[in-house]
Amino acid sequence: MERLNSIEDFKNLRTFLSKEIFRPDKDRVRICCGTACTATGSGNVVRVFEEEISKKGLELEIVKTGCQGLCQKGPVMKAEPYGYFFQRVKQDTVKEIISTTYSAGFPVRSLLYRTTFLEKPIEVMEEVPFYKKQMRIALRNNGRIDPCNIYHSIAVGGYSAAEIMFSSMSPKQVIEEVKRANLRGRGGAGFPAGAKWMHTKRAPGDVKIVIANGDEGDPGAFMDRSIMEGDPQSLLEGMLICAYAIGAHYGFIYVRHEYPLAVKNLKIAIKQAEELGLLGENILGTGFDFTVYIREGAGAFVCGEATALVASIEGNRGFPHARPPRVSEPGGGPWGYPSNLNNVETYTCVPAIIEKGADWFLSIGTEGSPGTKVFALTGKVKNTGLVEVPMGITLREIIFDIGGGIINNKKFKTVQTGGPSGGCIPEQYLDLPIDFDSLWKVGSMMGSGGIVVMDEDNCMVDVAKFFLSFTQSESCGKCPPCRIGTYQMLQILEKITSGNGEEGDIEKLERLAEIISAGSLCGLGQGAPNPVLTTIRYFRDEYEEHIKEKYCRAKVCSGMGVFVISQSECIRCGLCKSACAYDAVVERRDRYFIARDYCTKCKACYYACPVDAVKIRKQAYVILEEEFKMPPERIEIIERRAGMTLKGVLESKPYKIVTTTKDRWIADAIKVMSENNVSGIFIVDENGKLEGVFTERDIVQCVVNKISLEHETVKNIMRHDITTFDPSMKISTAIMIASKKKIRHLPVVEGDKIVGMVTFRDLVSYLLPEICYMAEVTY
Amino acid sequence: MKVEEIDVAEQMGEVGRILREYDRKKGILIHALLAIQEDHGYLPEDVLRKLSKKLDLPLAEIYSVASFYKQFHFTPRGRKVVRVCLGTACYVRGAKKVLSTLEERFNIKVGETTEDLAMTLETVGCIGCCGLAPVATVNEDVVGEIGLKKLDRLIKTIG
Repeated sequence: MERLNSIEDFKNLRTFLSKEIFRPDKDRVRICCGTACTATGSGNVVRVFEEEISKKGLELEIVKTGCQGLCQKGPVMKAEPYGYFFQRVKQDTVKEIISTTYSAGFPVRSLLYRTTFLEKPIEVMEEVPFYKKQMRIALRNNGRIDPCNIYHSIAVGGYSAAEIMFSSMSPKQVIEEVKRANLRGRGGAGFPAGAKWMHTKRAPGDVKIVIANGDEGDPGAFMDRSIMEGDPQSLLEGMLICAYAIGAHYGFIYVRHEYPLAVKNLKIAIKQAEELGLLGENILGTGFDFTVYIREGAGAFVCGEATALVASIEGNRGFPHARPPRVSEPGGGPWGYPSNLNNVETYTCVPAIIEKGADWFLSIGTEGSPGTKVFALTGKVKNTGLVEVPMGITLREIIFDIGGGIINNKKFKTVQTGGPSGGCIPEQYLDLPIDFDSLWKVGSMMGSGGIVVMDEDNCMVDVAKFFLSFTQSESCGKCPPCRIGTYQMLQILEKITSGNGEEGDIEKLERLAEIISAGSLCGLGQGAPNPVLTTIRYFRDEYEEHIKEKYCRAKVCSGMGVFVISQSECIRCGLCKSACAYDAVVERRDRYFIARDYCTKCKACYYACPVDAVKIRKQAYVILEEEFKMPPERIEIIERRAGMTLKGVLESKPYKIVTTTKDRWIADAIKVMSENNVSGIFIVDENGKLEGVFTERDIVQCVVNKISLEHETVKNIMRHDITTFDPSMKISTAIMIASKKKIRHLPVVEGDKIVGMVTFRDLVSYLLPEICYMAEVTY
Repeated sequence: MKVEEIDVAEQMGEVGRILREYDRKKGILIHALLAIQEDHGYLPEDVLRKLSKKLDLPLAEIYSVASFYKQFHFTPRGRKVVRVCLGTACYVRGAKKVLSTLEERFNIKVGETTEDLAMTLETVGCIGCCGLAPVATVNEDVVGEIGLKKLDRLIKTIG
C-alpha cells in the first residue's frame, strides 16, 4: 500500500477506486460474515463458493461484509448485479445459486424471503419489509463492503468527509456544523455532541484525547459491535474529524473483550489507514497527527460509564468518580487530559453530516432529535436483527412492520427499551413516536437502542428481577445504596416470585428505588431501579397477583398457583407421573391427578406434559370450579366482574351527580333527594368542591335527636370526615373498605372532581348473578 | 508471551510520550493480563509475581485490578469454556432452561469447572448475537438458537 502524501493523491485514488471497485457489470456475492451469520455457518458458505470459483474458473467476486441486519435469517447474502436477497444460505445450496442465478439470472426461489408460506416470495432486498422502512446513515456501509479492505471503504465514499474537511474547513467550522446538525449522543443520554466538542476544545491544556465508547454492555444491544465489525473505517473517520475539530492527536477506542471480531477488524483497519497515511503522522500531507489505539475491556459493565471507562483506560479498577471534573475538563480524562468521549455510533454519523451538510441531517427525524437511530430489535418478534430508522418512527412500526409481529401469533405484552437502566413500555404507548425525549416521558429511555419485545409468556416481575440481578452483579460496589440497595430489592423480588410475597413489598421496592436513584454516583446505580419502577407503574396488577393470589399469569415463576390435570385434555401418557420427584401425581385406574398436599409446585409435570394438559390455576379459580362446580367460562365472567373498577360500575348504570350546598335547610336537602330518588347527596361549596355527604342515615339521626328539619342547616349535620374512592379502585377492594368502615354510600372522586356515588346496593346487585349462582349450586 | 519480554514503550505507542513512567506501566496492565490469560487460560500466581517485578507495581495492586474485571480468573479452567448468554433477548427466549440443563448434566454450578477439567460453565451478559437467541459460546464459537436437539448435540460435543 502506497502512502498518500497530499489531498490531491487521495482524490486521485478515490476517483480510481470508485470506478474500479464494485463495477456494476460484474457478478458479485455480498455475503454477511458478521458474528451472527458466522455462527449460522457463513464461513462454510464462503469456503464452498471459493472452491467452486476456482474449480470452474468463474468471474465471481466474493465480498465478505459486516452485519447486514437480518441476523435471524442468517446467513444472508445479496447476489449482484441482480440484487436478489437470499436468506438461510447453506453450503449445499451454493451450487444451485451459481447455476440458477449467476449462469441463468434467475433467483433461487427456496432462498427468497417470504412473509408467510402462502405469500409470494420477495426477490430484492429493498422490498423485504424488514428493510423497507429503514434509512441507513450510521450503517451506510455495513453489508456493502469488506471491512478488512480500506479500498472498499474509500470506493463507497469513505474519508471523503475528511477530504472536504482538510481542504476547506477550519476546526471551528467543523464544530459549528456538528452543533447545527444537533447530533445527539447515541449512547443513551442524548447530550448534544457539538456542545461536548466545544467544551473539550475550550478546556485548557495542549493535549486532548478522543475516545470512542464501544463498551456496549447493555444486554440486547449490538449496534456498536456491528459498526466496529462491519465498517471500522467510518468510525476512524469520525474520530479523525473530531480530533481535527478539537485539536487532539491521540485517540482511544474502548472495546469489549467479548467482541473478538470487532477487535480484530479494528486492528486491521487502523493498520491499513496508517499505511495509507489517513491516520498517524502528517495525515495526507496536512501536518496533522492523529494516532488511534485500541483498549480492550475485561468484562465490566460499569466501564461503559464515562468516568469508569477513563479509569479502565488508565489501567485501574473501573470505578466511576464524582463529576466535576467531567471527562471534557482538565483532570477528568485519562491521565488528567481533557477528552471527548462519544459513542461509536455518534462518531459514525459525523462523516455523513460533514459530507452532506447539517441541513440534510436536520431534515431527517424529529425536531428535537434529528437523524436516525440504530436499534437492535430482539425478543419475541419474527424478524430479529439490526435496524436503522429515522427518529420519530413509532414502536408499532418497528415491531409489527419491520419486525413482522410477535412469533407464534401470541399476544404482545410489553417492549423493553434502554437496557438495564431503561423501562418497559406497555401496549398503550405503542403509537408513541420515539426519540430521546418522548421515551423519557413514559419512564423509559432510548439507551443505546436495544428493543426487546415480550409477549404474554413473559412475567413482568421475573423480567424486573432479571434486570435487577444484572445490575446487582455488575454494580462496582463504590456507592453503598447501589451495592446494598439493589441486593435488598433483589431479595424482595426473589421472595415475590417464589410465592412468599407479603403486603407492603411493592411499597418497600418503591422506597428502595428512590433511595438508590438518589444515592448513586453513576448512571448504573441511578438507572438500576428503573425496570422495577416501570413494571410496577404499568403492571402493578401482576405484582399484586403474585403477592396476594400467589399466581403468575405467564406461568414463569415456580411455586405459584394450583396444579391440576385437565381430564378432558389428558392422554394418559403418564409422563407427568415419571417427572414428579415427590410422587404428587397419583395414578387411578382411569385417570391421573395431582395430590396437592405433596405438590411442591416445581413445574416438572407442567414441562413434561406433551399436550399441555397440566394447568396452573389460581387458588380462587380452583375453589370456584371444584366447590361450586362452576364451568370455566362462568368463572371467567366472575373474574372479570370482580376485577371491575368503580368507574365501570358507574358507567353501567344511569346516574347523575346530585349536589346541594351546606347552607341549605335540611328539609330542602331531603326534598332534593326525594325529587331525584337518591338516598344520599353530595354537599359542595360554591366552587363545586366536595365538602361532605348527606345520607338517609343522617335524617334518622335528626329525627331521633329531635333536630328541627326546618330550622337547621345541612352544615351541622353532614359528615365531614368522609372516605372518598378513586374511580380506578376494584369493586372487591371497595366492598372490603366499605363494609369495614360501615359506609353504604361511596363517593367516587378523581382529584377534586366528583365522578359519582356508588351505593352498597349497586355493588351487591352487580355481583348478584354470581351470588345466586353459588347459592343455587351449593344448596 | 513471556512476561520478561513485555516492552512497555512499544505496547503503549506514541501516546506514551505524554505520560509518566508509572502511568505507562499501569496503562498496559490490563492488556498484559489479557495476554497472560490467553496463554495460560487463567492468571497463575507466579506469573503475576513476575509481572509485578517487571512493571514495578505492587502485587496487591495487580490483584486489585484483576479481581475487579470478570474476564480474569485465578484458578485453572476447563478445556472447553461454555458461556451461556443471559442477555435480555436470550433470557426471554429461554436461556434459563439451557443453563439449568447444562448444570444438571454436568453436575456443576455456574462458574465451576468439572473435575476432569473438561468444561467450565459460565454466563455472560450479552454477546451481541441477540438475533439468534438463545445463544451460548463454546470457547470462541457461537452456538445460536439452542433448542432441545441442539442442546443435546452441544452436550455430546462437550462430554
